[in-house]
Amino acid sequence: MSQNRKSADSLEDLYADTLHYHVNTGGETIHAKRMPGRFRNLKWLTMSTWLAFFIGPYLQWGDHQAILFDIPGRKFHLFGATIWPQDIWMLSLLLILLAITLFGVTAVAGRVFCGYFCFQTVWTDVFTWIEDKIEGNAIQRRRLDKAAWSADKIRKKTLKHSLWLLVSILTGITFAAYFTDAFELWNGYLTFSAPYIAWVVLALFIAGTYILAGFMREQVCFWLCPYARIQSVMVDKDSILPTYDYHRGEPRGKVKSKSSDAATKGDCIDCKMCVGVCPTGVDIREGLSEGCITCGLCIDACDSIMDKVGKPKGLIRYLSHKEMDGVTLPPVFKRPRVITYSTIFMLAVTGIIYGLATIPPVELSIVHSRQPLFMRMSDGSIQNKYTIKAVNKLETDQRVSLTVKSSSGDVHMVKEAYFKDITLKAGKMVPFSIFLQATPASLEHENTDVQLTIQGITQPDITVTYDSVFVGPKK
Amino acid sequence: MDTHNNSEKPQDTGHEWDGIRELTNPPPRWWLISFHIGWIWCIIYFLLYPSIPLINGSNEGLLGWTQIKEFKEAVAENDAVKAPYVEKLKAMSASDIMADAELRNFAESAAKAVYGDNCAACHGAGGEGAEGLFPVLADDNWLYGGDIDTIIETITDGRMGDMPAHADMLEAEQIETLTDFVIALPKGEASKAGWAMFEEAGCMGCHGDNAKGGALNDDTYSGAVNLTDQVWRFGGNREEVLRTIRYGVNQDDVAQTRSAIMPAFGEKLTAEQIKILAIKIHAMGGGQ
Repeated sequence: MSQNRKSADSLEDLYADTLHYHVNTGGETIHAKRMPGRFRNLKWLTMSTWLAFFIGPYLQWGDHQAILFDIPGRKFHLFGATIWPQDIWMLSLLLILLAITLFGVTAVAGRVFCGYFCFQTVWTDVFTWIEDKIEGNAIQRRRLDKAAWSADKIRKKTLKHSLWLLVSILTGITFAAYFTDAFELWNGYLTFSAPYIAWVVLALFIAGTYILAGFMREQVCFWLCPYARIQSVMVDKDSILPTYDYHRGEPRGKVKSKSSDAATKGDCIDCKMCVGVCPTGVDIREGLSEGCITCGLCIDACDSIMDKVGKPKGLIRYLSHKEMDGVTLPPVFKRPRVITYSTIFMLAVTGIIYGLATIPPVELSIVHSRQPLFMRMSDGSIQNKYTIKAVNKLETDQRVSLTVKSSSGDVHMVKEAYFKDITLKAGKMVPFSIFLQATPASLEHENTDVQLTIQGITQPDITVTYDSVFVGPKK
Repeated sequence: MDTHNNSEKPQDTGHEWDGIRELTNPPPRWWLISFHIGWIWCIIYFLLYPSIPLINGSNEGLLGWTQIKEFKEAVAENDAVKAPYVEKLKAMSASDIMADAELRNFAESAAKAVYGDNCAACHGAGGEGAEGLFPVLADDNWLYGGDIDTIIETITDGRMGDMPAHADMLEAEQIETLTDFVIALPKGEASKAGWAMFEEAGCMGCHGDNAKGGALNDDTYSGAVNLTDQVWRFGGNREEVLRTIRYGVNQDDVAQTRSAIMPAFGEKLTAEQIKILAIKIHAMGGGQ
C-alpha cells in the first residue's frame, strides 16, 4: 500500500507497485502460524476482557439482574441506575464517547481496537486456537485441507466445527441474556420453551459467529467492517504502528554464509515469518497495509528470528512515520488531534456523569388539549383541559401534590383540593386529565403562561415543574 | 468468493467452428450460490404458502397460512389482552368505573372509536359542538343533567327539545321585550318589566320561576335551558334570540323552527358501548 515512502520516481513505478500488490478476496484461507511472544501474551490479556461479557448477565444487583435491557418494559437497568426512555439522550453521549475514544486511541497508536479488543479479532483468534489444537500447526492444517477425506480428517473436522458451534451458541445465549432474565432464558432454551424471538436472536448469533469467525475472518476486516475503513484514515505521521524498519532491513536476503555478502545485506533474512504469523495475511514489509490490524504478532515473530540469527530485536517494531524519518515525536498531549479528542471525551464523560447523577425520579409531561382550545362555562369562566403524564420512576408509590401558578389572571385548578394529595403508582405512568379555569376579565392576553408543579409528599425533595399555556378568547 | 472472472485465462472447451473457439467463462461463485439459494427458496415458499390460483381461491399451502388468518389471530391476541378490562367494564356500574383511575382511562380510550363513529359528526371530536346547531359536550351546561346516569339515559333514549312558537301567541312588542330580557339576564341587568313579561307569557312554566331552566328545577320540563347562564344554545345575539322565541324548537308546522333532536342510540349501540361513551363525555369538561 504505502510504498510512497520509497520515492516513486515515475508513474511507471507506481503502476509497478500495484501490479504485484496481492489482493486476497477470500479465495485462499489464511492459516497463520501461532507462536509465543510479548504481543501474543498482551493479546490474551486484552482478549480476556471479553470474559466480562460472558459473566455479565449472571450478576445480580439488589433484586434484579445487574445489567438488563428490558425492552418490553422500556427500562434499562445498569447496576444501581434505571434508565428510562426519557433518559436516552445519554446514549448519544455514550456513543460520542466511544467514537472519540476510538478516534483518540487510533490517532496515538493505530488500530488498537482492531488488534486487541475487537470481537471479530477475538472470536477469530479463539476459533483458530481451537483449529490449531485439533488440526495442528499451519503447515499441518494446509496439508489436511488438501488431503483426501479420511476417517481422521472427518473426525478432526467434526470436532472442530462442533466446538466452533458450541462457542457460537454460548455467544448467542449470552447476548440474549442481557435482554431478559438470564436464568429463565437458559431454562427456556434447555426445555425448548423459550419465546420465538429468543430463538431468532440465538439463530442469528450462531450463524453470525460461526460464519464470521469461522470462515470470513480477515475478510470482514478487509471488506466488511466500516470501523476498519474509518480507523485506517485516522492514523497520521505521529501514530505509532507496527512498522518494518526498511533502513535496517533492506536489502533483504537469505543468510547463506557468514562470509560472503553479509556486510552489504540488511538485517531482514527474508524468512517470511512475519507474513506467516499474520492473521490477515499481510506482508508488513510492503509498508502499512489496509489489512493490518496492528496486532503486533509479526513483531513477536521477527524478534524471535532476530534472536536466532544474533541480530538486535526490533526490525519490526511500533514506530511512527516521523520516527522512521528520524524526527522526534511531539509529546502526546501537545498534538492537536489528541487535545481535540480529549476535550470532546471529557465533555461527554461530564455529560453522562451529570445525567446519571440527576435522573429525575418523576418525569412530567403535560399536553394541552387542542380541540376545543378553551371552553366557556355557564358562569362565564374559561376552562382549558390538560392531560397530565407523570411517570414515577421510583420503586415505591409516591404521594404528590399538583399545583398551578399563572403569570397573570386568576387561573385555578378545578377540584383543586383533590390534586393536593394524589398518588403516582410505582414504575407506572397513568395519564389523567385536569381542568384549569379563569374568569376572562382577569386574563391580560389571549395566551397566559402557566406553570404546573408536582411536589413530593412522601419524598419532599421531589419537585418537578412543567410550563404550559392557558388559552382564552381573543382580546 | 472470487469475483474476478477474468483473473485467469478462460478455459478452452476444445470446441471450434471455423476458427471460432468456445470458451467457458463461468459466472462468479457468489452469483451462483445466490442463484441456487434463490430457486431453492422459491420451491420451499411455493410449497409452504398459497401459491396456485385455482377457481375457488388459491391452494392452501403446507403451512395453511393466510393473511386473514394472521389478522384474526392478531385481533384475538389483542382481545385477550383487553378481556379482563372488558369483563370488569361489563360487570361494574359507570360510577364505579370512574372511581378507578386505570379502568377509567381504559374506558375513555376504548370509547374513542365509538365516539368518533357516532357522536363526533355533530358534537365535534373534542365535544366542542357546533355553534347554534349542536350542543357542546365539553362545558358544564346540561339541558337534561350532567350526571353519569342521565348522560347514559340521554344516549340510550335520545332527546327532543320542545319549545312552542310564540309568534302567533304574543304581540310583536311583547316578543321584543322578552328578547331584551333574555339577553339582559346573564349580564344581571334584567328589568322589572322583563320579569313581568316573563311571568305573563308563561315562560316560567318550563324555564322555572328563577329562569334557571329545567335541569336545575325538578318540577319543570327538564329540557328547558337555563336562561341566566353565559352559554347560548342557539346563539346569543338579538337576531337568534328573536327567532327562537318566535318560532320555537321542534315545532312541526312552523317553517323557521329550531331543530334540536338527539337520536336514540339504545338499539344501535350495546349497553357497554353507551356506558364507556358516557364516561368519556362526562370527562370532557363538565361532568357532574
